[in-house]
Amino acid sequence: MVRTRLLSGNEAVALGAWEAGVVVGCGYPGTPSTEILEALAGKPGVYTEWSVNEKVALEVGVGAALSGGRTLVTMKHVGVNVAADPLFTASYTGVRAGLVIVTADDPELHSSQNEQDNRNYAIAAKVPMLEPSDSEEARQFIKLAFELSEEFDTPVFLRMTTRLSHSKSLITPFDGDAPVRVEGPIRPGFVPDPRKYVMIPGHARARRVAVEQRMQRLIAAAETHPANRIEWPEGIDTTQPADFGVVTSGIPYSYVTEVAPQAPVLKLGLVHPLPRTMLRDFAARVSRLYVVEELDPVIETQLKAWGIECIGRDAFPGIGEFTPTIVAKGLGLPVAEQTLAPAIEAAVRRPGLCPGCPHDHVFAELRRKGFIVSGDIGCYSLGVLPPYQAMDTLLDMGASLTVAQGMDLVVPADQKGRIAAVIGDSTFAHSGITGLLNAVWNGRDGFYIVLDNGTTAMTGMQPNPLSGERMGRADAPSLDYALLAQAIHIPDGQLAMVDAYDTEAISTAIDQLAELSGVRLLVVLGLCLIEGQKLKRIEKLDLKKTVRRELVRHHPVGGAHG
Amino acid sequence: MAEVFNVLLVGVGGQGIVLSSDLLAEAAARTGLDVKKSEIHGMSRRGGPVFSHVRFGTEVHSAVIPNGAVDVILAMEPMELLRWASWAHPGAAACYLDAPILPVGVDGYPEGLDDELARLFGRLVRIRLAEIRRSVPLKVRNTALLGAASVFLPLAEDSFAAAIAALAPRGSAQANQEAFDIGRERAQAQVKEPMDVE
Repeated sequence: MVRTRLLSGNEAVALGAWEAGVVVGCGYPGTPSTEILEALAGKPGVYTEWSVNEKVALEVGVGAALSGGRTLVTMKHVGVNVAADPLFTASYTGVRAGLVIVTADDPELHSSQNEQDNRNYAIAAKVPMLEPSDSEEARQFIKLAFELSEEFDTPVFLRMTTRLSHSKSLITPFDGDAPVRVEGPIRPGFVPDPRKYVMIPGHARARRVAVEQRMQRLIAAAETHPANRIEWPEGIDTTQPADFGVVTSGIPYSYVTEVAPQAPVLKLGLVHPLPRTMLRDFAARVSRLYVVEELDPVIETQLKAWGIECIGRDAFPGIGEFTPTIVAKGLGLPVAEQTLAPAIEAAVRRPGLCPGCPHDHVFAELRRKGFIVSGDIGCYSLGVLPPYQAMDTLLDMGASLTVAQGMDLVVPADQKGRIAAVIGDSTFAHSGITGLLNAVWNGRDGFYIVLDNGTTAMTGMQPNPLSGERMGRADAPSLDYALLAQAIHIPDGQLAMVDAYDTEAISTAIDQLAELSGVRLLVVLGLCLIEGQKLKRIEKLDLKKTVRRELVRHHPVGGAHG
Repeated sequence: MAEVFNVLLVGVGGQGIVLSSDLLAEAAARTGLDVKKSEIHGMSRRGGPVFSHVRFGTEVHSAVIPNGAVDVILAMEPMELLRWASWAHPGAAACYLDAPILPVGVDGYPEGLDDELARLFGRLVRIRLAEIRRSVPLKVRNTALLGAASVFLPLAEDSFAAAIAALAPRGSAQANQEAFDIGRERAQAQVKEPMDVE
């Protein structure tokens, strides 16, 4: 199953979960989490799905865990915002079989709209969180996470970061030729327990107390949890306090051991709750205590609340990713003095839409016609950059339609009717449809454009409810735009579908639909070029193109629908 | 060799940097060394700069190379070599494919770019596109550059062959191996290592 012992953090999570007997894996694609489910898909004994969004994924996961199956739910950091509603109450219901939620945070915002630190979610939802430092730890920690989840009857977070998810390191060799799968200890079967699983206020009040009691037991368990350890380098006089010591976790741990191999380190694998006694005793053995953590001062704040002196944000930045060099500087250690110094400045190179991208014409037209463009999350967010510069807002998944609705309520007459929302197919299914329904229901005006390229392109071509496929490229029903429009009462003449490469049709459609009032839906159909290459290899390209041509033919601008 | 050897592979989205770095990391692993590699996927692939750190040695902690510690840069494009040069220490080696891919909005590169690269890197291999355009298909030019860079790497030639056999996409092992060999030959012709002279 595995060709090489070099695995990315994400591949290692999938391997460890499979070895731990996971039976359900679900999530929504999002960099840097996406490769976990892709690596898990197709392995024997496990069902995997791309869910419609993260909230759906976590709810599917809760149901599976309550019914006795070890379950893995994956998402990027902002996905946890979407899944926060079930998260906070799943903490109350508990899980029965292990439920592990992977949150893949993105320090440095390599591919995200914000840099939130999801350790805060573990604290707020009162669930434990593990954070590995390399691929082998990712593989081992997912097993520890399932055990912790079952022992304490709680969902458990596994926190990854971009650097960890996408770095490769060697894993411990298998005992034999292949990894060994061990089934989870819980027998499948739903056992009714309404006081635990039906969270009406009367039941939830009792569970609220149970959650606090659980947290007290977790705090005690953290002191001896195998993911936490102290590394005291050989040769240091243990009778005297060391000059300095470091508390760290995750990827920054690897930077600390890189630049300060002589420093005593308390490595936290369990980052919530924290082991108070272990930290206090470690602090007492060092003259200066540094806390090396990316993003928010979560550990530092807790230490200071306990009266343990430490240096964190005073020495290390709270914004962006760390590097070995940043950590060395923060610890007051020397860094490379001499590096090559080019005398010529490098030309700026920005990412952009691929040459020939089907989104190209729409953005060119929207810019030419001077629209205010309410954007959304996906490849097409690159429409904000030159040469298009045709995006004015971008907030979160699905916000294009709804932010446009708010704008329309307040803008003066000359801007009214000049607002367009653009959203991709996967994002539309994720959380755009509710915004569409909101507009129709409230009798609003709005011009909404779905850029349907047949796949979730930005994260590397995952199928979605509009692509006619599901996980593993099995055929699946595709949401029918025309029936959807009909069902929510968008008049026939206010729905049009055009070919993404028919510039004239796009221009005409925008002009005509922009003149109308009420909710107007324009679907621009053009397969992603990279997806097209993949479809060609599996001989599905012609079929998909035919389906799309038929849509365009049956739903022309003006509404003479056949 | 030094305790940890640091290689930075750079290019533009779509040039095969990820596969090249996988091959290099695998070759080091097959040599029995500890290996880590790090790169960023996602938005950068859409025509933006792409980079991958590969580190190998007896024990590697960080997957990210410290600033100024790069020993060898493999670049699929000249401006990308210039962009990442400051990550290297004086005395670092580099090899690059001299096939400019102009960023959107840039009409041409400054004159003297190749001279500047030669000034920066005392040991430099420059593979002109014309010399490999016919002999090396587009899809395996990344592996040709890896072959060229291999003259600066403390890894045995057969470890690369094993890595290519294990990791090359189905049906492409031979094409990748041929590309590797051509790149290595071109580079060997350019560098006159002291040990060759003796």
